Order: sequence, then C-alpha cells, then structure tokens
Amino acid sequence: MLFALILLPLLLGTVLTGWSGSGALRPASERRRTAWLAAAITGASLGLLLAQAPAVMAGGSLRSFTPWVPEIGLNLSFALDGLSLMFALMITCIGLLIIVYAHHYLGPKDSTGKFYSTLMLFMAAMLGIVLSDNLLLLVVFWELTSISSFLLVGYWQHRADARSGARMALAVTSGGGLALLGGFVLLGQMAGTDEISQLMALAPRIQADARYPVALGLILLGCFTKSAQFPFHFWLPQAMAAPTPVSAYLHSATMVKAGIFLLARLTPVIGGTDLFMALVMTTGLATMLFAAFIALFKHDVKGLLAYSTVSHLGLITFLIGLGSPLAAVAALFHILNHASFKAALFMTAGIVDHETGTRDMRQLGGLYKSMPWMATLAMVAAAGMAGVPLFNGFVSKEMFLTEAVAFAQGGGWRWLVPAAAALAALCSVAYSVRLVHDLFFNGPARDLPQPHPHEPPLGMKAPVALLAAVCVAVGLLPALLAGPMVKVAASAMLGRAAPEFHLALWHGFNLPLLLSVLALGGGAGLYVALARGGRLHRMNSENWFGALTGLNLFTRSMDRLFSSAGHLTNKLENASLQRYQAWMLLAAVAAAAAPFWGGDAPGTGARTLLPVSLPALVLWALLLAACGWLALRHHQRFSSVVVLGAVGLATSISFIALSAPDLALTQLTVDVVSTVLLLMGLALLPQQSPHESSRRRKARDAALALAGGAGVAWLAWLMLTRDHDSIAWYFLSQSAVAGGGTNVVNVILVDFRGYDTMGEITVLGIAAIGVLALMDGMRTRRPALDVAGRAWTFAAQPLMLRVAARVLLPLALVVAFYIFMRGHNQPGGGFIAGLITAVTLVLQYMANGQSRAENLLRAQGGRRFVVWIGVGLGIAVLTGLGALVFGQPFLTSAHGQPHLPILGELPLATAALFDLGVYITVVGATLLTLSTLGNVTREPGSSAAPRLNPSPNPNPSSSPSPGRIPS
Amino acid sequence: MSLEFLLASGIGAVTATGIYLILRGRTWPVVLGLSLLGYAVNLFIFAMGRLWRDAAPILSAAGRMADPVPQALVLTAIVIGFATTGFVIELALRTRHETGSDHVDGHEPTPGHSETRDSA
Repeated sequence: MLFALILLPLLLGTVLTGWSGSGALRPASERRRTAWLAAAITGASLGLLLAQAPAVMAGGSLRSFTPWVPEIGLNLSFALDGLSLMFALMITCIGLLIIVYAHHYLGPKDSTGKFYSTLMLFMAAMLGIVLSDNLLLLVVFWELTSISSFLLVGYWQHRADARSGARMALAVTSGGGLALLGGFVLLGQMAGTDEISQLMALAPRIQADARYPVALGLILLGCFTKSAQFPFHFWLPQAMAAPTPVSAYLHSATMVKAGIFLLARLTPVIGGTDLFMALVMTTGLATMLFAAFIALFKHDVKGLLAYSTVSHLGLITFLIGLGSPLAAVAALFHILNHASFKAALFMTAGIVDHETGTRDMRQLGGLYKSMPWMATLAMVAAAGMAGVPLFNGFVSKEMFLTEAVAFAQGGGWRWLVPAAAALAALCSVAYSVRLVHDLFFNGPARDLPQPHPHEPPLGMKAPVALLAAVCVAVGLLPALLAGPMVKVAASAMLGRAAPEFHLALWHGFNLPLLLSVLALGGGAGLYVALARGGRLHRMNSENWFGALTGLNLFTRSMDRLFSSAGHLTNKLENASLQRYQAWMLLAAVAAAAAPFWGGDAPGTGARTLLPVSLPALVLWALLLAACGWLALRHHQRFSSVVVLGAVGLATSISFIALSAPDLALTQLTVDVVSTVLLLMGLALLPQQSPHESSRRRKARDAALALAGGAGVAWLAWLMLTRDHDSIAWYFLSQSAVAGGGTNVVNVILVDFRGYDTMGEITVLGIAAIGVLALMDGMRTRRPALDVAGRAWTFAAQPLMLRVAARVLLPLALVVAFYIFMRGHNQPGGGFIAGLITAVTLVLQYMANGQSRAENLLRAQGGRRFVVWIGVGLGIAVLTGLGALVFGQPFLTSAHGQPHLPILGELPLATAALFDLGVYITVVGATLLTLSTLGNVTREPGSSAAPRLNPSPNPNPSSSPSPGRIPS
Repeated sequence: MSLEFLLASGIGAVTATGIYLILRGRTWPVVLGLSLLGYAVNLFIFAMGRLWRDAAPILSAAGRMADPVPQALVLTAIVIGFATTGFVIELALRTRHETGSDHVDGHEPTPGHSETRDSA
C-alpha cells in the first residue's frame, strides 16, 4: 500500500505525463490532458494517504517490508507515522496546487510532458524520503530528489543561469547526499541494523559509540546542504532560475524541508547530545539571522523569497537543535505554516513575473491598482511570513520566541539566543513589508516589459487564494485546524507521547509577546528608514562580502578543480601511446619489485646447477648478439625479421636441449609461418623505421627495458636455483593408465586439461576470425618504388619451387598424419601436425601465387578457412559431449588398443578425435590469417585474374609473396 | 657459470629487448617487441619445470622425466602467440591504411612540438 503510494507517481505518473505531453506541437487540449493526468495521479496518491490517515491520527502507524538487497541491508521497508503523514500530505496537497498553477504558468512553447513527468518523479522521490523506514532506501530517494530537482531547475535548458543554477544545486545537494550515505553506513554499522524504526531503541548504544561524532557530522552535512543552511545556503538563490512553480514547490514546501525532515526523523536516534545541540542550534541560528538580513536587500522578488526561505529553514533547524519537546512542536507547526505562506508568495512572484515580465522590485510598483485581488492575497501570505497576529506565522513565531526565551533562563551568554531570534524576526518583518510595499504600492511601475498587467487567470489565482485562506484559518483557529496533526507528528518525532501543548493566538502578556511587538514595530521602522529616498534600491548586497560569499567560494573552487583536473589530464594523457606504455611498464616493474624491497628478500637458492657446455655458451652469445642487434638496428625492418627468426631458433634449440621435443617442433613450425606473415605484412609497410627518438627518450626506454629485463632474469634465476614441488607426479603416474598415452604433454593437452585446450583453440579461432574482420574490405596497393626510389619487379614463381612444392605436398601431408597419429605416445599431436600442414600449404601459396593456391584450396578469399575453424571446434566439442552420452563428465576420454589388419595393434583414444579438432582448427586459423593478409593487395573482384601492378613497368604476377627484389 | 645462469640471463636479455622495442614509436618494432616478449615468457614458463640433464620427455620404465606441465602450458601459448602476432601485424596494416601513418599514435609526430617529449 505504502509502496503503491510512491509507485503511482514514480512509474505511472512519469510515464503517462511524459507520453501525453510529448507531442511536438503541444496543442492546448494536449497540455490540459497532461496536467489532468498529473493531477489525477497525485490525487490518487493523496486518496491512498487519506485512507490511512484516520489510523495514524489515532496514534497508530503503518509498516510494510519487502526485502530488496538484504545482503547489504537495503530493503523496501516503508512506515507511515504522524511525522511522515504530515510531510506526505504537504507534498501531495501542495503538489496538486502546483500542478494546477503550472498549467497556466507554462508558456505554449514549454514542454508539458517534460515538466510534469519530472515533477512526478520528484514527488515520488519526496514521498519516498518521508515514507522510507530504511536508511539506505532513504538515500536512494534522497539522491533521486537531487537529480529530479536538477532537471526541474534546469528546465529552461536554453538559459545559461538555469543550467549553472541546476548544476550548482546538484553539486551541493548530491555532495551532501554522499556525506549522508557515509553517515548512514556508519550509523548502520553502529546499530547493526538499517531499519529506522529499530534505531530508536538503540540510541544509547549509538551515542556512546566512538564513531558517533563522525556519523553525526556526515549526516548533518547531508541535512544542511539539502536544507540550504549556512554556509551551504548559496545554491538556493541560484536555483531561482527555475520556473516559479518549481521554486514554489521544491524551494519552499518540499525539497528544502527534506533535510529538516531527516533531522526530525533522526532526533530520537542521534539527537539530544550536547554535540548535536551545539551544531544544529548554532547553524540554525546563524542561518536564520544572516539570511533574514540579506533578504531585505535582494531586489529580485524570488531572491528575497529564497533568502527568506533560508532564514525560515534556519529557524526550524534551530528549534530542532534546541531539542525540547515544545520546540519540536513549534518546529513542526512552523514547517506547516511556512509551506503555506511561502508557496503562496512564490506563486505570487510567478504571477507578477507573468503579468509584468520582470521580478525586479526596483522596476515594479503600484500593482495594487491593476491586480487588487492578487495584492490582497499576497498581503495575507506576507503577513503570515512576518508573523502578524491573526495569521498563522504569528502563532508559530510566538512559540519560537517562547522557546528562545526559555533557553535564556540558563543564564550567562544564553541571552544572545533570544536577542538573535528577535533580531531575525525584526528583519523578517522588514523584508515582508518591503515585498508588499515594493510590489503593490510604492508609486507606479517603471519601464515594465509588459506595461499592462492585470489579474491572472483563475487557475493561477485559486491556489494562492487557497493557501492564503489556510494562513488566515490556521492563524485564527490553530488548535482546531493544526493541533491534531502537529500532535501526532510531534509524538512520532520525539518517539514518545508529545507534551501537552495548546496552540493559541493569545498567551497573555509576556516577554515573547513583547519581542513580537518589538519585531513588528522595529521591522516596519527599519524598512521605512532604509527605503527613504529610494536608498534601499541603490544598495547592492552582492558587494558587501567581496570574494567571501559562499557563491564565489564555490564557483572559484569549482573552477580551480576543473582547471587542475584538466592540467592533470593533459599531463598524464597527452594522446601518446608510448607514454602510456612507459607508465604501464613502470608500474609493472615497480609492482614486481615491491616484494623485494626491505624485509628478507630471497637470494640464490641451493639447487645443484648444471654445468655449461660449449654449444650452450655459443648459443647464449648468439642470442645476446641478436638481442643487441635488434635493439640498435631494428630500423632495418627486413633484417630485423631475420634476426627475430634467429631468436626463435635459439628458443627452439633450447627446447630440444632441455627435453622438450614437442615444444621445439611447435616453435619451429610457428616460426616458419610467422616469418612468412611478417614479411607479407612488411611488404605493405615502410621498409625502414625513421630514426626519430630523442636521446632522452632512448635513455628512458633503455632504463625501463634494463630494469624489466633484469627483474625477469632475477626472478628466473631465483626460481631455477631452487628445487620445486611439481604436480607433475599425478600426470606422470596417470598418463598411461587413465589417458592411454606415454607422451604426457600431449595427454595433458587433449585429455587431462582438455577443457583448457578447448578454450585455447577457441581463442585461436577467434583471433583468426578477428583478423578477417579487421581486414574486411581493405584493399591496398603495394608501393611501386622502394625506399631508394627503385621500382619493384615481381619475378614469376620459380619453376623449381613450384615443382618442389607440388612434390612436397603429399609427402608433407603424410608426415603430418604420422606426427598426428603418434602424438599420444611420441612427440607430435594435433597442434604440431596442424602447423606442419599449414607450413606445407603456405608453401603452395608461395610457389603458385595467391590466386592459384586459393583456387586449388577453394579458399574463396580465405572464407573457407572459417568453415575449417568451425569444423575443428565442432569436432572438439562433439567429442567432449560424447562423454556425456556415456554418463561421464564433459571431455572424459576413453581409450583402447584395437587390433587392426595390416596396421597391427593400434593404440586409440577418443582423445585422438579431440586432437583432430585441434588439428583442423590450427590449420584453418593459420591459413585464414595468412590468406586474409594475402588478399589485401589483390584488386577487388578478381579472385583469379592477375593483379594489375600500378608500377611503371606493370607485371602480370599476382603473387603477394615476399620473394621480390628491387630491380 | 651454469646453464641456469645462461637461461636466466638469456630470458632477461630477450625481455629487455622486447620492452625496448614495444616502447618505439612505429608499429613495426612494436610487433617485433611483442614477439620477443612472447619468446621470453614462454621460456620463463618452461623454466618453471627446472632444468634437467638427459631427462626423458616420454614415459619410460627408468630415468627421470622432464616436467610435462609447463611444457603443455607453453605449447598452446606458442600457438596462441602466433595468432596474436598475426592479429597485431594486420592491425598495424589496417591502422596505416586508415590513418596514412605507421606511427602508434595514428599520425606522424608534429616536428618541434611534441616530438622530443612524447611522440618520438
């Protein structure tokens, strides 16, 4: 039920109004329909609320609980008690009035869909805040109000002030939201629960916790930013760039009250301590006094109202900080009163703006003549704001002064509090008088953009009239109209029965009454004194504080933040990949070196080392020479491919010498194919690298390289000089028994770790298909001239090579078959056989040229090899699935030694089938990579025709093979 | 001096060269550098099985066996290394085709401006 109350505007409201108001032309009927939809949904929420109201007013409360993410304590738990009922009623009732008002306020060019759907979102978020019974859930809605208020303030996105105001409101309130989240997490940790209703009982434990001051500070930061308390108040006047219905709703009645609501909600949990009192009271008092004073000097109607709002919020904050039960009653009562008179005044400001085209009180004046009704209503609301007797503000202000005076009974410096309170009340009277006087009297208007203002339409006037009526009615009969609501809300806020109190107009002659009278008289006098001769109109409060206003500090620190972020980004990220690479390598080296720093870093181990043989020494020397050559002379690209091959050869020889024949075979064949690939690629790239690195850069890179190389060498050395405890014993003992093969490496690949191999051949296939995708559609011409300006010639394929390749093909295939078959027991297997086959086929490409070879293999520009990869992977998967048929886990192999005619006893394992898949995938992937590259230089649409060479001496050869020599 | 020393220092030398080359500004040396790093890494993993004199690679009745686990790991790594080399080469080609430059940043370094600091 409670959830539905929020979901109505949250889902139905936003979607329906957004859809209804989305038309581009925005005819009047559509605008009316949208407003009606919004009103209907708000009305439905209000109806649901009212249905529950009797139970709550009788002192009960409603709860609902649905787990959402219980692991982190986030639950959809809602509660409706007196406090939340009061706020929820305020949100929905004033929301309804705003919807009606906004319908007339928005111009024909303003998008109603955007306005109402954001408004619905905001309303849902506000309802969520006041109904949440879970700290984390509350934060979710809290942030949602920040976001929707950002959208609403920035509604006129074409205006720069709207954009900057919206951004500032978002930055301040959501920054506070972040602090609030931190505070809530701490609170949850201290209490062991995130359910607000359970926190109350745990208050003593929470307040005794060492983390309490931190949590309190963070939560207060969230509340103060949201409720625009000094020194975070500056965003609220900036947010006045919003459409006036938004200001009336968000910045008087609802959103800015969210912080106050939270303070009230958590008072029984975190309140009552000296720290709480000191922080909240001081902040509230300072805000109230400061903002009331500044408000007097604002020339913009909405600016004045904004500062007045800040001041009244300060008043409420002060009362909550005071902490006495009667102060709580006064605070809640003032929340209601402030919402009614301030919303009415904001709406009046909007109407004045609407009718005259300006909000500047130095231009406006004498509007009583053209709109007497509006003037009367506004005067009623302003009287409420000033605290004139018979209006609602008077009653709550009287209570406020009573509490302030009561506080001063403590003696000492405490008399400052009622003094400040009276001073603030005085300023509040002064700016209320100014508002009325400057708008409706004070001579004729000057240079109005719209010179003939008149009474607004009924739809705009009616909400103001209703609110003004509330001001008067509550002012006259406070106990009857507001008493019960305030009573249940106060009980909910205090967590126990509210004290006996009597909301009344008349309390007899006492000190608070005297202060009230002084404030009324003094305020009027202050205004008269200031306004004499138009002095007030010439004052500019903006200049008083120079650079020290919150606004300036905020803007400046934001500017500084952005510019330093920009500097840092520019410094780190200058679009040079080399720099990024260097940083990454440096980080890797540092991370790898860190464990060796300090402590007892491991040294050389105790393993008996192997003696050096002469061939090993020679090989080592050659390897070092090759590395040195590559580092210094890599600019010679062709030669560098050859030297790279030498490094590969040294690797292969090391594998042979160190009892790894499988690796040696693999490395050797891979190197052959790689070299062909490198040369083919090089044919399309510059043949030389320019010498362009600066000396400094070379030194930096060399230092990094040496550090990295030395680190890796040291790691290898540490490892090689120690004995190890390998898991190999398992594979060695099980290979023949369980895997049916004696080549343990192969058995591991296709049987024990078949799953890994499956992944690896999949990667292989993906890489090859990635190559195809990368080169798809790319056609390029080879350069006609070499670096020295000599033209290339393309020799026909040598006859010897062609014949040799043709003879070699079947032989090599037989060898590959043999290597494949024996793989399980002797060096070999699918990988190696696949590579041998690939080498043979590559030889066919080289000998016959790309086109002919592709014709022979029906390769269709390499696309056929994709099928091969698919078939290979398919066989591997099917083999694996075969095991499932026999009730074994995926990829379990079976093996036997069937006796076949002629061939004799043949050791066979299903793993061989898997290996076949590997084989086919390897062949397909290798050839796909090569033939894709080969196809790059072919003219499109000539699969068989020879390529036309654009060089000065055209050559009919179509081979992309690297066997070319500069003529 | 020992065989272990030769292997460790060899791996270090190949790694250092590889790192130096992948820090160059043109795509080609980067391709070479990646290949070199591939060699070094494969040898390193292989060396995890330690060095043995005359160890048998195939199961037999007697004698010490070479550690097959790192070998199996390296075998597939070699093949995948080939696939990535192929991919990087063609990436280099495509980049040059698209941008007209074989510089890793996708454009020729602007002389005098950032050459000495960043792009060379």
